[in-house]
Parts: sequence; structure tokens; C-alpha cells
Amino acid sequence: MSRISKDEVKHVANLARLAITEEEATTFTKQLDDIITYAEQLNELDTTGVEPTTHVLDLKNVMRKDEPKKWITQDDALQNAPDKQDGQFKVPSVLE
Amino acid sequence: MSLFDYTLRELQEKLHNKEISVTDLVEESYKRIEEVDEEVQAFITLNKEAAKQKAAELDQERGNADAKLFGLPIGVKDNIVTKGLRTTAGSQFLSNFEEPLYDATVVNKLNDAKSVTIGKLNMDEFAMGSSNENSSYAAARNPWNTDYVPGGSSGGSAVAVAAGEVPYSLGSDTGGSIRQPAAYCGVVGLKPTYGRVSRFGLIAFASSLDQIGPITRNVEDNAFLLETIAGHDKMDSTSANVEVPKYTESLTGDVKGLKIAVPKEYLAEGVSTEVKEAVQAALKEYEKMGATWEEVSLPHSKYALSTYYLLSSSEASANLARFDGVRYGKRAEDAETMLDMFKRSRAEGFGDEVKRRIMLGTFALSSGYYDAYYKKAQQVRTLIKNDFEKVFEDYDVIIGPTTPTPAFKVGDKVDDPMTMYANDILTIPVNLAGVPGISIPCGFSGDGLPIGLQIIGKHFDEGTVYRAAHAFEQATEYHKQRPSLGGARS
Repeated sequence: MSRISKDEVKHVANLARLAITEEEATTFTKQLDDIITYAEQLNELDTTGVEPTTHVLDLKNVMRKDEPKKWITQDDALQNAPDKQDGQFKVPSVLE
Repeated sequence: MSLFDYTLRELQEKLHNKEISVTDLVEESYKRIEEVDEEVQAFITLNKEAAKQKAAELDQERGNADAKLFGLPIGVKDNIVTKGLRTTAGSQFLSNFEEPLYDATVVNKLNDAKSVTIGKLNMDEFAMGSSNENSSYAAARNPWNTDYVPGGSSGGSAVAVAAGEVPYSLGSDTGGSIRQPAAYCGVVGLKPTYGRVSRFGLIAFASSLDQIGPITRNVEDNAFLLETIAGHDKMDSTSANVEVPKYTESLTGDVKGLKIAVPKEYLAEGVSTEVKEAVQAALKEYEKMGATWEEVSLPHSKYALSTYYLLSSSEASANLARFDGVRYGKRAEDAETMLDMFKRSRAEGFGDEVKRRIMLGTFALSSGYYDAYYKKAQQVRTLIKNDFEKVFEDYDVIIGPTTPTPAFKVGDKVDDPMTMYANDILTIPVNLAGVPGISIPCGFSGDGLPIGLQIIGKHFDEGTVYRAAHAFEQATEYHKQRPSLGGARS
């Protein structure tokens, strides 16, 4: 039984904002299915009541003062922009 | 003999005594790059003009050379941001990222210590890979035999040191990316405890696993470099506020009474005979020095690979969302809508492995699958971490191989993601547990390829790891071997 279908792969690619070709969808379906099938081995383990580890060190909510400070200028921020206009990043139409 | 056969401290002494100049060191570096880099492809971008200028400046102020890395030329992995010096993370997506706006904290520390940055080192794209073949520039090659991979993802960082292009470098390690290439290239590479070194300015792959660490020709240099880059950073709230010891002071040569654990899972099926024999010989060496070792079990080791790929890919899918073609990097041309622009920029800018992992991560985090894959993996991570903690109740260090085999041939595994992933089976658990681990040379295969010994320590106990590594190095000659690249030396 396959764990992931080609339609699901296309759906995931859309969620991940990746344009993929039909051919890529086929290859990725096979490869992702292999990886997910392998990862199902984790189900051999009973993890009832086991706390998930999100972070290995015992750190909780590191706080700092919310103070404005100088960082980079607007010009700096735009320096690597593929397209810009009037001091702002320029992108194609947002609405379809 | 190359200048880079001296230790960093010896080089500093020579600088101090005016036997050599900073310019000599920097020129040595570029001369060697000229000789061999076409063959080994360690560098993506060189910093030649600025480096030579800085060398000239430093030569003017020589004499008050008390800065820690004064005048010493270093290579930096290309996922560590350098102000005004192109930073690509091995990806086409960032091939035009010529003007990073700030320096990573580790780069600030290198600059404060007055080292000289020679260039940016090759890597698998966004640090995803174990062979350097996922670099979207030329794949780096193993200096011991250029038909073989150098390992990855910090392939360039290990190659540049092994090939004598720089005396030391920085890499990053998410699942073995410092230790595995260090093992394949016969150099010393340490992944520090998670939180030991600031990640500010490291282009994030998997934020709960990534660590920056040093790659060097010997243990002393490694400890020396970690002293310089470690420490709490207010720019990285996951960096630990734990005092940085003088690691070089722990290099006593004395391991009498050291208690070594050897996990049976690390010498099991899949580990080649040559590698096993090299590790067993190393354990004998430790016995001779008065250490003791016993077999132990890390029972959840076989689940580490699955756990790692689910967690690291999930984190990567979130981290790599920033590459959208709006603020920096490549943008697909002639997109009609913003959404189309996002999708096509990412499709054109990312290689297959990066796409595969973004999709795996997106899937694992998506509605309906989150508990089954992501949360499950986080729970298993706890079990893996507990395995280590339990062993460390009774032992000082854990020792095993760094990799199941020596380096493999270019092209051998590139078409099969699962076989490629299996390479990291002995390094991944260390990242999941967040403990420090080092790879040091411990032998050669019949084909003349280096074999790495992995020494793993408790959280923030890099000192003991270094002490054990250094004692072995003192007792053996493996770290003194050099590849006969470019016909320049043997």
C-alpha cells in the first residue's frame, strides 16, 4: 500500500509553494513513499505518555526588553532585492 | 613542507618572532588553492582582494599580536553569512546574494580575533546531503582520491583543511555534516553541544539540531578555535549561557581511569570490517593509556534515522519558506502573479534534494499527519536522548566509528536517497540528543582512504571529548598523514 498518492504530492507541493512538473510529481511520489514507509518503523515503539522533545536544552521563554535599536537601513534592506520601487520591494500582482 | 603543517599556535609564534608575515600565510593559502582547487573544488567564492589587504594591514600592527587568531587564514562554510562577501549556501537560489548585510556572530568573533577570511567553502545545498554532490556548484572531491566523495554537507570545509588550502575552517553539523566529512578527509571535526556556539547568521536548516563547529588538522587547533567561537549570544536566544572553559587546558594527555562506553549498535551489521578493526585498535590504544571500556546499548539507535529525517525536514520546510524571491536571491522571470512567482522562483532555485525534504517536511506537518509523523518523531527523540543520558550516568565518553564505511565513489549513491541517508546513521543520534561529538583520524582503509573515530561527550563537556581525542592523537600518527594531491608533497 502506498503511503502517499501523486495527488497528495501535488497538494503538498502547492502548500510548500513549489512548482513541480508531472514527471517530478511521479518521481517524488515514489521517493517520498519510500521514506515515509521506512519512517513507519517508529510505530513499533509505544510512545504513550512520552513527552516530545522540541529542544534539547532546558530553556524556557527567553525574554529581552522590547526596545527599538538601529539595525539596517531601508537602503540596506533593499540592496539585494530582485526588484524594487520607491523604497519598497516590488512584486507581481498579488491578486489572481 | 607547507606552513600549514604547523599548528595554529606554532604559526602564531612564527608570526610573533617575525619568521613569517601574515601576507606569507595568506599567499600560501591562495597559492595552494591555485594548485589544487580545480581538482578538489573546496571553494565557491574567494575573498582574495580583501584578504590580501587585511593581511597587509595586520602586518603593520604585528608585534601587539595578542588577538587570539591573529593573522591566521580561515575558510568559512558558505551557509555562514559574511557581510559584503557572497553567501550562497551551495544553492543557485542565492547565487546572486552578493551583499549580505551583516556578519554571523561566529564571523564577528573571528574578525575580533583578527583571523583572515580566505573564502567561502563548498557544501551540499542548504546543508542537505552527505557527499557534496548536492552542491549546485561543482561537487567537491576527496583529496585522498578524487574519484571519491569528501562527505557532506561541510565537504568543502573538510577538503580545504585536508588539502592544505587553509589551516582551519568552520563547518556546520545538523546530522553529521562536520564529523562525516572530517572522517572521510582524515581531519578533526567537532560538533559542539547544541547551544554552545551562536547560530546567529547561520542559514538555518533544522534549528533544533544545527550547530557551527571547527574543522582542523589536529585536536589542539580544534580546541583553540572552539574557545574563540563559543559562548552565549544575545542575538541567538537558543545559545546557552554557560561559561566557556579554556578547552586547550584540558589537553593533558592523561586518560587514566577514563570510562569509555562502546555502544554495540555502533559496531553492528552495516559497519565495514575495516572500520570495526580500526575502532577496536583504537580501544586497545586507550587501554594501554589506562582507560577502560565496556560495551553498552543505545537501544533506540535504529530509530534515529527516521526520527531525524522527519524532524529535520519539518524544520527545513519552515525555515526555507523565507526563500520566496522577494527580498534577496533569485526570482523567476515574467511571473504574472505573486503566487506564481513564489512557486517558480523556488522550483528554479532549489535542487532535487532540497525540494524532496521541503515536501517531506510539509507533508509531516500537514493537517491529519502531524501527530502520526512529527509529534511521534519528537517523542522518539526523547527516547534517544534518554538512551544517552542513561549511559552518561556511568561513563565519561562514548566511542565508536564516525561512519559505517570510508568514503564512497562519486555517483554511487546519488540516485537513491535512502542509501545516502544511511551514511549518517552513527552521527545523527548525537544531534538528536544535543551532545557534543568529534571525529578524529584513526586509520586508513585498504584503498588508502581515512577512517574516523567518533568520541561523544556529555552536554557541555567538550573538555573531556578533547582530552580523550588529544591523548589518542598523541599516541598515533594518523593525523600526520597528508594526501599527495597536486604532486606537491607526499
